[in-house]
Amino acid sequence: MALTKKTLHEISDLLNKKEVTVQEVTQSVIDQIDAVENKTQAYLKLETEQALETARTLDETLKSRDRKNVLEGIPYGLKDNMCTKGILTTCASKMLYNFIPPYDAHVYERLMVDGGILLGKTNMDEFAMGSSTENSAYQVTKNPWDLSKVPGGSSGGSAVAVAADMAYFSLGSDTGGSIRQPASFCGVVGLKPTYGLVSRYGLVAFASSLDQIGPFTKDVEDCALVLNAIAGHDKKDSTSLNIDKKDYTVGLKDGVKGMKIGVAKAFFGQGLLPEVRQKLEEAIALYKEMGAEIVDVSFEYLDYALSAYYMISSAEASSNLARYDGIRYGFRAEEFDGLVDLYRKTRSQGFGSEVKRRIMLGTYALSSGYYDAYYKKAMQVRTLIKTDFDEVFKNCDVLLTPTSPTTAFGIGEKTSNPLEMYLSDIYTVPVNIAGIPGISIPCGLDQQGLPIGMQLLGSVLSEEKLLQAAWAFENESGYKNMKAPLGEEA
Amino acid sequence: MSLTREDVSYVADLARLEFSDAEVLSLAEDLGAVLDYAETLNKLDTSAVKPTEHVLPVQNVFREDEIKPGLSNEEALSNAPDSEAGCFKVPPVLE
Repeated sequence: MALTKKTLHEISDLLNKKEVTVQEVTQSVIDQIDAVENKTQAYLKLETEQALETARTLDETLKSRDRKNVLEGIPYGLKDNMCTKGILTTCASKMLYNFIPPYDAHVYERLMVDGGILLGKTNMDEFAMGSSTENSAYQVTKNPWDLSKVPGGSSGGSAVAVAADMAYFSLGSDTGGSIRQPASFCGVVGLKPTYGLVSRYGLVAFASSLDQIGPFTKDVEDCALVLNAIAGHDKKDSTSLNIDKKDYTVGLKDGVKGMKIGVAKAFFGQGLLPEVRQKLEEAIALYKEMGAEIVDVSFEYLDYALSAYYMISSAEASSNLARYDGIRYGFRAEEFDGLVDLYRKTRSQGFGSEVKRRIMLGTYALSSGYYDAYYKKAMQVRTLIKTDFDEVFKNCDVLLTPTSPTTAFGIGEKTSNPLEMYLSDIYTVPVNIAGIPGISIPCGLDQQGLPIGMQLLGSVLSEEKLLQAAWAFENESGYKNMKAPLGEEA
Repeated sequence: MSLTREDVSYVADLARLEFSDAEVLSLAEDLGAVLDYAETLNKLDTSAVKPTEHVLPVQNVFREDEIKPGLSNEEALSNAPDSEAGCFKVPPVLE
Protein backbone atom coordinates (compact mmCIF):
# COMPACT_ATOMS: atom_id res chain seq x y z
CA MET A 1 0.00 0.00 0.00
CA ALA A 2 1.28 3.46 -0.89
CA LEU A 3 2.53 5.42 2.11
CA THR A 4 0.03 8.22 1.50
CA LYS A 5 -2.94 5.85 1.88
CA LYS A 6 -1.96 4.92 5.40
CA THR A 7 -3.37 6.48 8.55
CA LEU A 8 -1.41 8.75 10.88
CA HIS A 9 -0.93 6.01 13.50
CA GLU A 10 0.23 3.51 10.87
CA ILE A 11 2.82 5.99 9.57
CA SER A 12 3.85 6.77 13.13
CA ASP A 13 4.48 3.05 13.75
CA LEU A 14 6.64 2.82 10.60
CA LEU A 15 8.62 5.88 11.69
CA ASN A 16 9.14 4.41 15.15
CA LYS A 17 10.46 1.20 13.63
CA LYS A 18 12.64 3.31 11.33
CA GLU A 19 11.19 1.51 8.31
CA VAL A 20 10.61 4.86 6.62
CA THR A 21 12.18 8.29 7.00
CA VAL A 22 10.35 11.54 7.60
CA GLN A 23 11.63 12.69 4.20
CA GLU A 24 10.09 9.67 2.45
CA VAL A 25 6.79 10.25 4.20
CA THR A 26 6.79 13.96 3.41
CA GLN A 27 7.91 13.47 -0.19
CA SER A 28 5.18 10.87 -0.81
CA VAL A 29 2.48 13.29 0.35
CA ILE A 30 3.97 16.06 -1.80
CA ASP A 31 3.97 13.69 -4.80
CA GLN A 32 0.30 12.96 -4.11
CA ILE A 33 -0.40 16.71 -3.96
CA ASP A 34 1.42 17.16 -7.29
CA ALA A 35 -0.68 14.38 -8.78
CA VAL A 36 -4.19 15.34 -7.65
CA GLU A 37 -4.27 18.90 -6.33
CA ASN A 38 -4.96 20.34 -9.78
CA LYS A 39 -8.25 18.38 -9.72
CA THR A 40 -9.30 19.08 -6.12
CA GLN A 41 -7.86 22.52 -5.32
CA ALA A 42 -7.88 21.94 -1.58
CA TYR A 43 -4.89 24.14 -0.72
CA LEU A 44 -4.71 27.92 -0.99
CA LYS A 45 -1.01 28.01 -0.25
CA LEU A 46 1.56 25.21 -0.18
CA GLU A 47 4.68 25.22 1.96
CA THR A 48 6.22 22.10 0.44
CA GLU A 49 9.82 23.32 0.25
CA GLN A 50 9.79 24.34 3.88
CA ALA A 51 8.14 21.00 4.73
CA LEU A 52 10.92 19.04 3.01
CA GLU A 53 13.55 21.16 4.72
CA THR A 54 11.97 20.47 8.13
CA ALA A 55 11.82 16.75 7.25
CA ARG A 56 15.53 16.69 6.33
CA THR A 57 16.53 18.36 9.59
CA LEU A 58 14.29 16.04 11.59
CA ASP A 59 15.73 12.91 9.96
CA GLU A 60 19.20 14.09 10.98
CA THR A 61 18.04 14.59 14.56
CA LEU A 62 16.30 11.21 14.65
CA LYS A 63 19.59 9.45 13.91
CA SER A 64 20.59 10.07 17.52
CA ARG A 65 17.28 9.85 19.37
CA ASP A 66 13.80 8.26 19.25
CA ARG A 67 10.72 10.17 18.19
CA LYS A 68 9.40 12.15 21.14
CA ASN A 69 5.79 12.16 20.02
CA VAL A 70 3.28 10.44 17.76
CA LEU A 71 2.90 13.57 15.61
CA GLU A 72 6.63 14.13 15.14
CA GLY A 73 7.39 14.13 11.43
CA ILE A 74 3.75 13.84 10.34
CA PRO A 75 2.70 16.20 7.49
CA TYR A 76 -0.60 18.06 7.95
CA GLY A 77 -2.76 20.90 6.62
CA LEU A 78 -4.20 23.92 8.40
CA LYS A 79 -7.39 25.79 7.53
CA ASP A 80 -6.51 29.26 6.29
CA ASN A 81 -8.23 31.02 9.20
CA MET A 82 -5.53 29.97 11.68
CA CYS A 83 -2.64 32.39 12.03
CA THR A 84 0.80 31.20 10.98
CA LYS A 85 3.64 33.64 11.65
CA GLY A 86 5.30 34.68 8.41
CA ILE A 87 2.88 32.61 6.27
CA LEU A 88 0.00 34.24 4.38
CA THR A 89 -3.36 33.78 6.18
CA THR A 90 -6.24 34.96 4.01
CA CYS A 91 -9.42 33.39 5.41
CA ALA A 92 -10.15 32.91 1.68
CA SER A 93 -11.08 36.59 1.57
CA LYS A 94 -9.90 39.46 -0.58
CA MET A 95 -10.01 41.45 2.66
CA LEU A 96 -6.92 39.57 3.92
CA TYR A 97 -5.28 38.89 0.54
CA ASN A 98 -1.90 40.14 1.84
CA PHE A 99 -2.14 39.40 5.57
CA ILE A 100 1.01 37.87 7.02
CA PRO A 101 0.37 37.26 10.73
CA PRO A 102 3.06 38.45 13.16
CA TYR A 103 2.09 35.65 15.58
CA ASP A 104 1.03 31.98 15.66
CA ALA A 105 -2.34 30.48 16.54
CA HIS A 106 -2.17 28.37 19.72
CA VAL A 107 -2.99 25.16 17.83
CA TYR A 108 -0.22 25.78 15.28
CA GLU A 109 2.24 26.39 18.11
CA ARG A 110 1.13 23.13 19.76
CA LEU A 111 1.63 21.17 16.53
CA MET A 112 5.07 22.73 16.01
CA VAL A 113 6.11 21.77 19.53
CA ASP A 114 5.01 18.19 18.82
CA GLY A 115 6.98 18.16 15.57
CA GLY A 116 4.18 18.08 12.97
CA ILE A 117 5.13 19.26 9.48
CA LEU A 118 2.92 21.95 7.92
CA LEU A 119 2.21 21.28 4.25
CA GLY A 120 0.04 24.30 3.58
CA LYS A 121 -3.08 26.35 4.26
CA THR A 122 -6.39 24.96 3.07
CA ASN A 123 -9.30 26.55 1.23
CA MET A 124 -12.53 27.50 2.99
CA ASP A 125 -15.66 29.59 2.66
CA GLU A 126 -14.69 33.22 3.14
CA PHE A 127 -14.39 33.90 6.90
CA ALA A 128 -15.84 30.38 7.42
CA MET A 129 -19.29 31.50 6.28
CA GLY A 130 -20.79 28.81 4.11
CA SER A 131 -21.52 25.12 3.74
CA SER A 132 -19.83 24.30 0.43
CA THR A 133 -16.45 26.15 0.23
CA GLU A 134 -17.90 27.90 -2.85
CA ASN A 135 -17.72 31.25 -1.03
CA SER A 136 -13.91 31.30 -1.24
CA ALA A 137 -12.65 34.43 -2.99
CA TYR A 138 -9.93 32.36 -4.66
CA GLN A 139 -10.98 28.91 -5.85
CA VAL A 140 -13.66 26.22 -5.76
CA THR A 141 -12.56 23.02 -4.03
CA LYS A 142 -13.93 19.78 -5.52
CA ASN A 143 -15.12 16.66 -3.73
CA PRO A 144 -12.66 13.81 -4.41
CA TRP A 145 -15.56 11.32 -4.52
CA ASP A 146 -17.14 13.20 -7.44
CA LEU A 147 -15.37 16.24 -8.82
CA SER A 148 -18.66 17.86 -9.85
CA LYS A 149 -19.80 17.98 -6.20
CA VAL A 150 -18.92 20.34 -3.37
CA PRO A 151 -16.76 19.07 -0.49
CA GLY A 152 -19.04 20.73 2.05
CA GLY A 153 -17.92 23.66 4.14
CA SER A 154 -16.73 25.80 5.48
CA SER A 155 -13.57 23.69 6.12
CA GLY A 156 -13.84 22.03 2.67
CA GLY A 157 -10.13 22.28 1.86
CA SER A 158 -9.08 20.59 5.12
CA ALA A 159 -11.60 17.76 4.55
CA VAL A 160 -10.40 17.18 0.98
CA ALA A 161 -6.71 17.29 1.93
CA VAL A 162 -7.30 14.28 4.20
CA ALA A 163 -9.82 12.49 1.95
CA ALA A 164 -7.46 12.68 -1.04
CA ASP A 165 -4.40 11.60 1.00
CA MET A 166 -2.78 15.04 0.64
CA ALA A 167 -2.24 15.22 4.43
CA TYR A 168 -2.33 12.68 7.27
CA PHE A 169 -4.55 15.04 9.21
CA SER A 170 -5.73 18.61 9.11
CA LEU A 171 -7.40 21.13 11.36
CA GLY A 172 -10.66 22.91 10.66
CA SER A 173 -12.96 25.17 12.61
CA ASP A 174 -16.63 24.51 13.34
CA THR A 175 -19.12 27.28 14.10
CA GLY A 176 -22.30 25.51 12.95
CA GLY A 177 -21.02 22.29 11.38
CA SER A 178 -17.99 23.46 9.39
CA ILE A 179 -15.91 20.43 10.43
CA ARG A 180 -18.59 17.74 10.66
CA GLN A 181 -20.55 18.46 7.47
CA PRO A 182 -17.48 18.46 5.13
CA ALA A 183 -16.16 15.37 6.97
CA SER A 184 -19.49 13.71 6.17
CA PHE A 185 -19.44 14.81 2.49
CA CYS A 186 -15.82 13.65 2.02
CA GLY A 187 -15.94 10.34 3.95
CA VAL A 188 -13.47 11.22 6.71
CA VAL A 189 -13.62 11.63 10.49
CA GLY A 190 -14.26 15.15 11.82
CA LEU A 191 -14.59 16.23 15.45
CA LYS A 192 -15.95 19.43 16.94
CA PRO A 193 -14.75 19.39 20.55
CA THR A 194 -16.60 20.87 23.51
CA TYR A 195 -16.57 24.68 23.42
CA GLY A 196 -13.43 25.80 25.27
CA LEU A 197 -11.51 22.52 25.02
CA VAL A 198 -9.22 23.84 22.27
CA SER A 199 -7.86 27.38 22.42
CA ARG A 200 -9.16 29.81 19.80
CA TYR A 201 -6.14 32.10 20.15
CA GLY A 202 -5.06 33.03 16.62
CA LEU A 203 -8.21 31.66 15.00
CA VAL A 204 -9.76 34.47 12.96
CA ALA A 205 -13.08 35.02 14.73
CA PHE A 206 -16.43 34.39 13.06
CA ALA A 207 -18.89 33.89 15.94
CA SER A 208 -16.90 33.80 19.17
CA SER A 209 -19.43 31.99 21.37
CA LEU A 210 -19.77 29.16 18.81
CA ASP A 211 -16.34 28.78 17.11
CA GLN A 212 -14.25 25.73 17.96
CA ILE A 213 -11.17 24.15 16.32
CA GLY A 214 -10.99 20.41 15.69
CA PRO A 215 -9.30 17.66 13.64
CA PHE A 216 -10.01 15.91 10.33
CA THR A 217 -8.48 12.43 10.22
CA LYS A 218 -8.63 9.17 8.27
CA ASP A 219 -9.84 7.14 11.24
CA VAL A 220 -11.06 7.51 14.82
CA GLU A 221 -7.80 6.54 16.49
CA ASP A 222 -6.03 9.34 14.58
CA CYS A 223 -8.74 11.73 15.76
CA ALA A 224 -7.96 10.87 19.39
CA LEU A 225 -4.24 11.36 18.77
CA VAL A 226 -4.65 14.80 17.21
CA LEU A 227 -7.08 15.86 19.93
CA ASN A 228 -4.44 14.87 22.49
CA ALA A 229 -2.11 17.38 20.86
CA ILE A 230 -4.42 20.38 20.51
CA ALA A 231 -6.69 20.17 23.57
CA GLY A 232 -5.75 21.99 26.75
CA HIS A 233 -5.82 25.25 28.61
CA ASP A 234 -4.33 28.39 27.08
CA LYS A 235 -3.96 31.61 29.03
CA LYS A 236 -4.34 33.61 25.85
CA ASP A 237 -7.95 32.46 25.35
CA SER A 238 -10.05 33.50 28.33
CA THR A 239 -12.82 31.06 27.31
CA SER A 240 -10.39 28.14 27.24
CA LEU A 241 -11.28 25.58 29.92
CA ASN A 242 -8.79 25.16 32.73
CA ILE A 243 -8.95 21.39 33.13
CA ASP A 244 -6.40 18.59 33.32
CA LYS A 245 -5.06 17.14 30.10
CA LYS A 246 -6.37 13.72 29.13
CA ASP A 247 -5.18 10.90 26.91
CA TYR A 248 -8.09 10.30 24.55
CA THR A 249 -6.71 6.94 23.41
CA VAL A 250 -7.32 5.40 26.85
CA GLY A 251 -10.50 3.34 26.68
CA LEU A 252 -10.84 4.02 22.96
CA LYS A 253 -11.23 0.33 22.14
CA ASP A 254 -13.42 -0.66 25.10
CA GLY A 255 -16.51 -1.17 22.94
CA VAL A 256 -20.13 -0.17 23.46
CA LYS A 257 -21.53 -3.04 25.51
CA GLY A 258 -24.09 -1.53 27.85
CA MET A 259 -23.65 1.96 26.43
CA LYS A 260 -26.92 3.83 26.03
CA ILE A 261 -27.25 5.26 22.54
CA GLY A 262 -30.08 7.73 22.06
CA VAL A 263 -32.09 8.18 18.88
CA ALA A 264 -34.44 11.17 18.47
CA LYS A 265 -37.20 11.55 15.88
CA ALA A 266 -36.38 15.24 15.60
CA PHE A 267 -33.17 14.34 13.78
CA PHE A 268 -34.89 12.09 11.26
CA GLY A 269 -37.45 14.54 9.91
CA GLN A 270 -38.37 16.26 6.69
CA GLY A 271 -35.65 16.68 4.09
CA LEU A 272 -33.65 13.62 5.16
CA LEU A 273 -32.59 11.64 2.09
CA PRO A 274 -34.02 8.06 2.25
CA GLU A 275 -30.59 6.54 1.55
CA VAL A 276 -29.10 8.49 4.45
CA ARG A 277 -31.91 7.32 6.71
CA GLN A 278 -31.37 3.72 5.64
CA LYS A 279 -27.63 3.78 6.42
CA LEU A 280 -28.35 5.36 9.79
CA GLU A 281 -30.86 2.60 10.56
CA GLU A 282 -28.23 0.02 9.65
CA ALA A 283 -25.80 1.75 12.00
CA ILE A 284 -28.36 1.64 14.82
CA ALA A 285 -28.87 -2.10 14.19
CA LEU A 286 -25.11 -2.67 14.27
CA TYR A 287 -24.79 -0.86 17.60
CA LYS A 288 -27.54 -3.08 18.97
CA GLU A 289 -25.66 -6.16 17.77
CA MET A 290 -22.53 -4.90 19.50
CA GLY A 291 -24.39 -4.78 22.79
CA ALA A 292 -25.39 -1.15 23.02
CA GLU A 293 -28.80 -0.26 24.37
CA ILE A 294 -30.82 1.90 21.96
CA VAL A 295 -33.11 4.38 23.70
CA ASP A 296 -35.71 6.76 22.29
CA VAL A 297 -35.20 10.33 23.39
CA SER A 298 -37.08 13.49 22.47
CA PHE A 299 -36.49 17.17 21.98
CA GLU A 300 -38.92 19.99 22.50
CA TYR A 301 -37.15 22.93 20.91
CA LEU A 302 -34.85 21.53 18.24
CA ASP A 303 -36.92 22.99 15.38
CA TYR A 304 -35.88 26.45 16.52
CA ALA A 305 -32.14 25.80 16.51
CA LEU A 306 -31.39 26.88 12.94
CA SER A 307 -33.19 30.22 13.30
CA ALA A 308 -31.49 30.92 16.61
CA TYR A 309 -28.16 29.93 15.11
CA TYR A 310 -28.36 32.33 12.17
CA MET A 311 -29.36 35.20 14.44
CA ILE A 312 -26.61 34.59 17.01
CA SER A 313 -23.83 33.76 14.55
CA SER A 314 -24.63 36.69 12.25
CA ALA A 315 -24.88 39.12 15.14
CA GLU A 316 -21.52 38.03 16.52
CA ALA A 317 -20.00 38.07 13.02
CA SER A 318 -21.19 41.61 12.34
CA SER A 319 -19.45 42.71 15.51
CA ASN A 320 -16.26 40.64 14.95
CA LEU A 321 -15.89 41.75 11.34
CA ALA A 322 -16.15 45.45 12.21
CA ARG A 323 -12.34 45.32 12.65
CA TYR A 324 -11.81 45.10 8.89
CA ASP A 325 -11.66 48.78 8.09
CA GLY A 326 -8.54 49.13 5.94
CA ILE A 327 -6.44 50.79 8.65
CA ARG A 328 -4.32 48.24 10.49
CA TYR A 329 -4.05 45.27 8.13
CA GLY A 330 -5.46 43.74 4.98
CA PHE A 331 -7.08 45.30 1.96
CA ARG A 332 -7.63 49.05 1.58
CA ALA A 333 -9.68 50.57 -1.26
CA GLU A 334 -7.63 52.71 -3.62
CA GLU A 335 -10.01 55.62 -3.99
CA PHE A 336 -12.06 57.20 -1.23
CA ASP A 337 -13.22 60.52 0.06
CA GLY A 338 -12.38 60.86 3.74
CA LEU A 339 -12.23 58.35 6.60
CA VAL A 340 -15.81 57.06 6.65
CA ASP A 341 -15.72 56.58 2.90
CA LEU A 342 -12.42 54.69 3.29
CA TYR A 343 -14.18 52.25 5.65
CA ARG A 344 -17.17 51.94 3.36
CA LYS A 345 -15.26 51.42 0.10
CA THR A 346 -12.75 49.05 1.72
CA ARG A 347 -15.46 46.88 3.27
CA SER A 348 -17.70 46.89 0.20
CA GLN A 349 -14.84 45.88 -2.12
CA GLY A 350 -13.03 43.56 0.30
CA PHE A 351 -15.90 41.31 1.48
CA GLY A 352 -17.72 38.78 -0.70
CA SER A 353 -21.49 38.67 -1.00
CA GLU A 354 -22.25 35.98 1.62
CA VAL A 355 -20.10 37.76 4.22
CA LYS A 356 -21.88 41.03 3.49
CA ARG A 357 -25.25 39.29 3.73
CA ARG A 358 -24.39 37.96 7.21
CA ILE A 359 -22.99 41.29 8.37
CA MET A 360 -26.24 42.92 7.23
CA LEU A 361 -28.38 40.30 8.96
CA GLY A 362 -26.36 40.60 12.16
CA THR A 363 -26.35 44.38 12.13
CA TYR A 364 -30.12 44.34 11.65
CA ALA A 365 -30.61 41.88 14.52
CA LEU A 366 -28.51 44.06 16.82
CA SER A 367 -29.95 47.39 15.72
CA SER A 368 -32.06 49.57 17.95
CA GLY A 369 -35.66 48.37 18.07
CA TYR A 370 -34.89 44.84 16.84
CA TYR A 371 -32.41 43.66 19.46
CA ASP A 372 -35.06 42.17 21.76
CA ALA A 373 -37.08 40.63 18.95
CA TYR A 374 -34.18 38.83 17.26
CA TYR A 375 -30.91 38.70 19.17
CA LYS A 376 -32.20 38.44 22.74
CA LYS A 377 -34.93 36.07 21.61
CA ALA A 378 -32.33 33.84 19.94
CA MET A 379 -30.23 33.75 23.11
CA GLN A 380 -33.29 32.77 25.14
CA VAL A 381 -34.02 29.98 22.69
CA ARG A 382 -30.39 28.97 23.10
CA THR A 383 -31.10 28.39 26.79
CA LEU A 384 -34.08 26.17 25.89
CA ILE A 385 -32.05 24.09 23.42
CA LYS A 386 -29.25 23.67 25.93
CA THR A 387 -31.77 22.47 28.52
CA ASP A 388 -33.20 20.07 25.94
CA PHE A 389 -29.78 18.46 25.47
CA ASP A 390 -29.20 18.36 29.25
CA GLU A 391 -32.43 16.37 29.62
CA VAL A 392 -31.60 14.04 26.72
CA PHE A 393 -28.19 13.19 28.17
CA LYS A 394 -29.81 12.17 31.44
CA ASN A 395 -31.26 9.24 29.49
CA CYS A 396 -28.43 8.28 27.15
CA ASP A 397 -24.63 8.40 26.92
CA VAL A 398 -24.42 9.26 23.25
CA LEU A 399 -26.94 10.58 20.72
CA LEU A 400 -26.84 9.17 17.18
CA THR A 401 -27.98 11.39 14.28
CA PRO A 402 -27.27 11.97 10.60
CA THR A 403 -24.55 14.61 10.09
CA SER A 404 -26.33 16.25 7.17
CA PRO A 405 -29.73 15.51 5.59
CA THR A 406 -28.08 14.74 2.23
CA THR A 407 -24.83 13.64 0.67
CA ALA A 408 -22.62 16.12 -1.23
CA PHE A 409 -24.63 18.37 -3.56
CA GLY A 410 -23.58 19.73 -6.94
CA ILE A 411 -21.26 22.71 -7.38
CA GLY A 412 -23.51 25.72 -8.04
CA GLU A 413 -26.66 23.87 -6.98
CA LYS A 414 -27.45 25.94 -3.88
CA THR A 415 -25.52 29.16 -4.42
CA SER A 416 -28.55 31.18 -5.51
CA ASN A 417 -30.67 30.29 -2.47
CA PRO A 418 -28.97 31.15 0.85
CA LEU A 419 -31.75 29.66 2.98
CA GLU A 420 -31.53 26.31 1.21
CA MET A 421 -27.77 26.30 1.73
CA TYR A 422 -28.29 27.00 5.46
CA LEU A 423 -30.61 23.97 5.73
CA SER A 424 -27.71 21.57 5.05
CA ASP A 425 -26.49 22.45 8.57
CA ILE A 426 -29.78 21.67 10.29
CA TYR A 427 -28.39 18.68 12.27
CA THR A 428 -25.06 20.26 13.14
CA VAL A 429 -25.93 23.76 14.40
CA PRO A 430 -27.76 22.67 17.59
CA VAL A 431 -24.45 21.22 18.81
CA ASN A 432 -22.65 24.58 18.66
CA ILE A 433 -25.60 26.31 20.27
CA ALA A 434 -25.33 23.93 23.23
CA GLY A 435 -21.50 23.93 23.27
CA ILE A 436 -21.34 20.13 23.36
CA PRO A 437 -18.96 17.88 21.36
CA GLY A 438 -19.90 16.10 18.13
CA ILE A 439 -18.08 13.75 15.79
CA SER A 440 -18.91 12.76 12.23
CA ILE A 441 -17.75 9.38 10.94
CA PRO A 442 -18.48 7.59 7.65
CA CYS A 443 -21.34 5.07 7.72
CA GLY A 444 -21.59 4.03 4.08
CA LEU A 445 -22.02 5.28 0.53
CA ASP A 446 -25.14 6.29 -1.37
CA GLN A 447 -26.06 4.89 -4.80
CA GLN A 448 -23.95 7.54 -6.52
CA GLY A 449 -20.97 6.38 -4.47
CA LEU A 450 -20.93 9.46 -2.23
CA PRO A 451 -20.09 9.13 1.47
CA ILE A 452 -22.79 9.32 4.15
CA GLY A 453 -21.90 10.67 7.58
CA MET A 454 -23.18 9.67 11.00
CA GLN A 455 -22.98 12.14 13.86
CA LEU A 456 -22.45 11.13 17.49
CA LEU A 457 -23.14 13.73 20.18
CA GLY A 458 -22.50 13.77 23.90
CA SER A 459 -22.71 16.05 26.91
CA VAL A 460 -20.04 18.64 27.68
CA LEU A 461 -16.51 17.09 27.79
CA SER A 462 -17.70 13.61 26.81
CA GLU A 463 -15.14 13.32 23.97
CA GLU A 464 -13.79 10.02 25.34
CA LYS A 465 -17.21 8.41 25.18
CA LEU A 466 -17.85 9.75 21.66
CA LEU A 467 -14.52 8.46 20.40
CA GLN A 468 -15.14 5.09 22.06
CA ALA A 469 -18.55 4.73 20.39
CA ALA A 470 -17.16 5.95 17.06
CA TRP A 471 -14.20 3.56 17.16
CA ALA A 472 -16.45 0.59 17.91
CA PHE A 473 -18.63 1.34 14.88
CA GLU A 474 -15.72 2.03 12.58
CA ASN A 475 -13.99 -1.19 13.60
CA GLU A 476 -17.11 -3.35 13.22
CA SER A 477 -18.58 -1.74 10.09
CA GLY A 478 -15.34 -1.52 8.12
CA TYR A 479 -16.17 2.01 6.94
CA LYS A 480 -12.67 3.17 7.69
CA ASN A 481 -10.04 5.08 5.74
CA MET A 482 -12.17 4.71 2.59
CA LYS A 483 -10.48 5.83 -0.60
CA ALA A 484 -12.07 8.36 -2.96
CA PRO A 485 -11.84 7.67 -6.72
CA LEU A 486 -10.53 11.21 -7.48
CA GLY A 487 -12.16 11.32 -10.87
CA GLU A 488 -10.73 7.91 -11.94
CA GLU A 489 -12.97 5.01 -12.90
CA ALA A 490 -13.22 2.61 -9.97
CA MET B 1 -42.37 40.36 6.97
CA SER B 2 -40.14 41.67 4.24
CA LEU B 3 -37.62 44.46 4.28
CA THR B 4 -37.97 47.74 2.43
CA ARG B 5 -35.18 49.30 0.42
CA GLU B 6 -34.99 52.01 3.08
CA ASP B 7 -34.44 49.39 5.80
CA VAL B 8 -31.59 47.87 3.81
CA SER B 9 -29.96 51.24 3.17
CA TYR B 10 -30.25 52.18 6.85
CA VAL B 11 -28.60 48.95 8.00
CA ALA B 12 -25.93 49.22 5.28
CA ASP B 13 -25.00 52.62 6.66
CA LEU B 14 -24.68 51.20 10.19
CA ALA B 15 -22.48 48.38 8.86
CA ARG B 16 -20.33 50.75 6.76
CA LEU B 17 -21.22 48.94 3.56
CA GLU B 18 -22.55 50.30 0.29
CA PHE B 19 -24.62 48.52 -2.35
CA SER B 20 -25.87 49.14 -5.86
CA ASP B 21 -29.65 49.50 -6.36
CA ALA B 22 -29.82 45.96 -7.71
CA GLU B 23 -27.93 44.62 -4.67
CA VAL B 24 -30.26 46.48 -2.31
CA LEU B 25 -33.24 44.81 -3.97
CA SER B 26 -31.78 41.32 -3.77
CA LEU B 27 -30.64 41.87 -0.16
CA ALA B 28 -34.13 43.01 0.81
CA GLU B 29 -35.42 39.73 -0.59
CA ASP B 30 -32.70 37.44 0.86
CA LEU B 31 -32.69 39.01 4.32
CA GLY B 32 -36.49 39.14 4.31
CA ALA B 33 -36.59 35.38 3.68
CA VAL B 34 -34.16 34.62 6.51
CA LEU B 35 -36.03 36.95 8.88
CA ASP B 36 -39.34 35.32 7.93
CA TYR B 37 -37.78 31.97 8.79
CA ALA B 38 -36.53 33.43 12.09
CA GLU B 39 -40.07 34.58 12.86
CA THR B 40 -40.77 31.01 14.00
CA LEU B 41 -38.88 31.92 17.18
CA ASN B 42 -41.71 34.23 18.11
CA LYS B 43 -44.05 31.26 18.48
CA LEU B 44 -42.22 30.52 21.71
CA ASP B 45 -43.06 32.32 24.92
CA THR B 46 -39.64 33.07 26.38
CA SER B 47 -40.66 35.77 28.83
CA ALA B 48 -39.39 33.70 31.77
CA VAL B 49 -36.24 32.35 30.06
CA LYS B 50 -32.79 33.71 30.82
CA PRO B 51 -30.68 34.38 27.72
CA THR B 52 -27.47 32.33 27.28
CA GLU B 53 -24.52 34.35 26.01
CA HIS B 54 -21.97 31.65 26.68
CA VAL B 55 -22.74 27.97 27.10
CA LEU B 56 -20.19 27.38 29.80
CA PRO B 57 -19.81 29.52 32.89
CA VAL B 58 -17.30 32.14 31.73
CA GLN B 59 -15.79 34.46 34.26
CA ASN B 60 -13.33 37.25 33.99
CA VAL B 61 -9.79 35.93 34.26
CA PHE B 62 -7.46 38.07 36.34
CA ARG B 63 -3.67 38.04 36.27
CA GLU B 64 -0.82 40.03 37.77
CA ASP B 65 0.00 43.21 35.86
CA GLU B 66 3.42 42.07 34.65
CA ILE B 67 5.20 43.13 31.50
CA LYS B 68 5.48 40.27 29.02
CA PRO B 69 6.83 40.24 25.47
CA GLY B 70 4.35 41.48 22.87
CA LEU B 71 4.50 42.65 19.28
CA SER B 72 7.16 45.22 18.46
CA ASN B 73 6.08 48.49 16.87
CA GLU B 74 7.50 47.25 13.59
CA GLU B 75 5.61 43.94 13.75
CA ALA B 76 2.37 45.69 14.66
CA LEU B 77 2.69 47.95 11.64
CA SER B 78 3.95 45.24 9.28
CA ASN B 79 0.52 44.70 7.70
CA ALA B 80 -0.66 48.32 7.70
CA PRO B 81 -1.74 49.68 4.30
CA ASP B 82 -0.21 53.02 5.29
CA SER B 83 1.96 54.11 8.22
CA GLU B 84 4.23 56.96 9.24
CA ALA B 85 6.49 57.67 12.19
CA GLY B 86 5.56 54.43 13.93
CA CYS B 87 1.80 55.05 13.62
CA PHE B 88 -1.08 53.82 11.47
CA LYS B 89 -1.86 56.53 8.95
CA VAL B 90 -5.45 57.52 8.14
CA PRO B 91 -6.92 60.27 5.95
CA PRO B 92 -7.49 63.63 7.69
CA VAL B 93 -10.51 63.53 10.01
CA LEU B 94 -10.64 67.27 10.74
CA GLU B 95 -10.69 69.92 8.04
